[in-house]
Amino acid sequence: MTFADFIITNAPALLIVVPLFAAFLCPVIGKISTTVRNCWVMGMMLITAAIAFILAYRVFATGPVLYVFGAAATNLAVPLDSGGIPIRIIFMVDAMSAFMGIICAIVGVSVLLYSLSSESRNSSLEGYYTLFFLMIAGVFGMVSTGDIFNFFVFLEILSLASAGMIAYRVDGGLAVEAALKYLVLSTLGAILVLFAIGIYYGEYNALNIAMIAQRMQYTMLDKIALVLIVAALAMKCGAVPLHFWTPDAYSRAPSSVTAFLVVASQASLYGLFRVVFTMYNVTMNCVTVGWIIIILGVLSMVVGVTMAIPQKDIKRLMAYHAVSQTGYMLLGVGVGLAVLGNVALTSAFGFMAMEGGIFHIFNHAMYKGLLFLTAGAIVYRIGTRDLNKMGGLGHTMKYTMIFFIIGALAIAGIPPLNGFASKLMIYESVYLFNPILAIIAMVVSILTLASFVKVFHSVFMGPQLPEYAEVKEAPLPMLIGMGILAAICILFGLFPQPVVDMLVAPAVHALADQGGYIASVLGGA
Amino acid sequence: MLWNLPFITVVVLTLIGLVTVLLKKNIIKILLGLNILQSAANLFIVALGYREGGVAPIFTLAPSELMVMPTPQALVLTSIVIGVATSALVLSFAMVLQKKYGTVDIDKIRRLHG
Amino acid sequence: MDLFAPLLTGYGIWAPVVWLVAFIAAFIVVYLIWKTGESSYKKGTELERPYLSGNAEPEKGAVHIRASNLYWGFLQALKGYYDVLVPLHTGVLTDYMIWFVAVTALLLVIVGVLS
Repeated sequence: MTFADFIITNAPALLIVVPLFAAFLCPVIGKISTTVRNCWVMGMMLITAAIAFILAYRVFATGPVLYVFGAAATNLAVPLDSGGIPIRIIFMVDAMSAFMGIICAIVGVSVLLYSLSSESRNSSLEGYYTLFFLMIAGVFGMVSTGDIFNFFVFLEILSLASAGMIAYRVDGGLAVEAALKYLVLSTLGAILVLFAIGIYYGEYNALNIAMIAQRMQYTMLDKIALVLIVAALAMKCGAVPLHFWTPDAYSRAPSSVTAFLVVASQASLYGLFRVVFTMYNVTMNCVTVGWIIIILGVLSMVVGVTMAIPQKDIKRLMAYHAVSQTGYMLLGVGVGLAVLGNVALTSAFGFMAMEGGIFHIFNHAMYKGLLFLTAGAIVYRIGTRDLNKMGGLGHTMKYTMIFFIIGALAIAGIPPLNGFASKLMIYESVYLFNPILAIIAMVVSILTLASFVKVFHSVFMGPQLPEYAEVKEAPLPMLIGMGILAAICILFGLFPQPVVDMLVAPAVHALADQGGYIASVLGGA
Repeated sequence: MLWNLPFITVVVLTLIGLVTVLLKKNIIKILLGLNILQSAANLFIVALGYREGGVAPIFTLAPSELMVMPTPQALVLTSIVIGVATSALVLSFAMVLQKKYGTVDIDKIRRLHG
Repeated sequence: MDLFAPLLTGYGIWAPVVWLVAFIAAFIVVYLIWKTGESSYKKGTELERPYLSGNAEPEKGAVHIRASNLYWGFLQALKGYYDVLVPLHTGVLTDYMIWFVAVTALLLVIVGVLS
């Protein structure tokens, strides 16, 4: 077996192993010198991203990849002598998982490149990079695991690493306060998930998602487990009215980390969709659960954007927009879920709504990451995050301003940027489902634009202020990090249909096709 | 009735934990509430793993017949480790907040709001 | 695969390339108009200073409209809404946990009992 074969065969495992290896060796490497450490973290991140892309290519080209830890063959989910029960931990990377993996890889590379210079003023960065790689490992684990308990473990790894990251700059205790709120709520949510896992295990004697899906009865206990998991993961992804930790945590984390926290929240969103679509699918009452997700989505959109308008802290304002944009994804996918049992409606607009929602996950990670990075560059250069104290920065920070404009137009859904493509898909398909929902979504989009006009005006417009006469453009690594995300925003906006055909549609069909998921895990033996 | 005793304990522990978490204002007491909740979840999973007349899965001593799957015990071990990590992190946050804010009362730790 | 395929939304189509062409055309028109502007002014002289009917130019910081002045009317019009919504974000962890547990309980009732 050649080295390339080894990498390709073991890609799902390496996706976790490489970041963990990078994380725990980072403090040791950091002893040598700062440059060596920077090369180490960047190299390891690039390797992780390359593995994610190789895996994604394999998934999109040849179908789902099953990886069984410790088995004789990597695709042998059910041991021959176990009586048909898959006892091993498995990784099941289907198109949806690979899609999330791509998001994590792109944002991870940009954020790491950005952190190399945005964090360079601070000391003890070994811990920072260790936690960062733990977050990467957590996200990759959550999106690729095929085992519900394993999902819980990675969820907790991600929560602990994120909490550590949020509190990383103590910031007079404010960051620690935010991290405390995040951690306590996450732990409470994780305990609910653990109870749900206990219920599944007691009922079906299995932890394997495919096995549970195959045996799913939708009894009263399953309903309780469903609600526990949905509530916990909706809290983790920041849906109103469970969003209260989001503005605190997003605004107080270092800006580079905030961009990655967006991806971390979306991994929870992925978990939510995975549970409702793959584990329950049509056995449950799709209309009720779909409407619950739609209502959570609409509340998130409206409350998120209206709370953003009066904010005075630039990152807190953007954090509320993150809540609002999560609402679009919940709305799109919720509409797809609500009509899931009905073949005619699903093919009429259900799939389109889901494609819009899933495409929006990708776009959101790109433009929201970009916006948080530009906010970080501004805060890095002028040292305040208060919008009232800013002004006239367009004279000196031209590239940051251009990147901000791209991000702001994309989040507001202005053509021809990527936000418009996914929002258009959501509007038109949701309009066929329920016109009022589509109108709410459009109004929210207008308010988003309004609020970013406010940010743009107060930060970049106006005469050059005397106190910021010495402000320079952001350093080059930060600009490159932002540039990667901005380029993707533009490209995906100009060529949406190839992206939808190549990435989004396979992901949506993999998500909606419960039978295919079960067959590729259990049918492989 | 007696068979349900572990599950009754789970319910009681859950209620105690929830009430502690929701009503206490001291961070350390909230953490204790979370730990009680976690113990309830752990007890729940361990109790599910009990099989009447089962043989403990210890290969050297067990008679060579069907043994009980040790999965729940493995899950609970993992979950306990995660709980320890969470507790350590919350306690360290409480220490920093005590230093910076001079209090661990959750009602007074609200500089981030609105 | 056609790279320039328009996006099919199930209801209509969206062709970003057409938009891009229109955008470039508009940019060229704007550039031509800008080209016809006066370019022979002398830098660093009175010609560059703002002219405010003979009044003295105010200090730079006073000209800029700060963030909290924007959307004052919007916030005032929706005062009742904001007076309810903003205090809900109390910042107290206990309240957040009560929200979480209450929503979970509500969902349990909706999913478990009513459907």
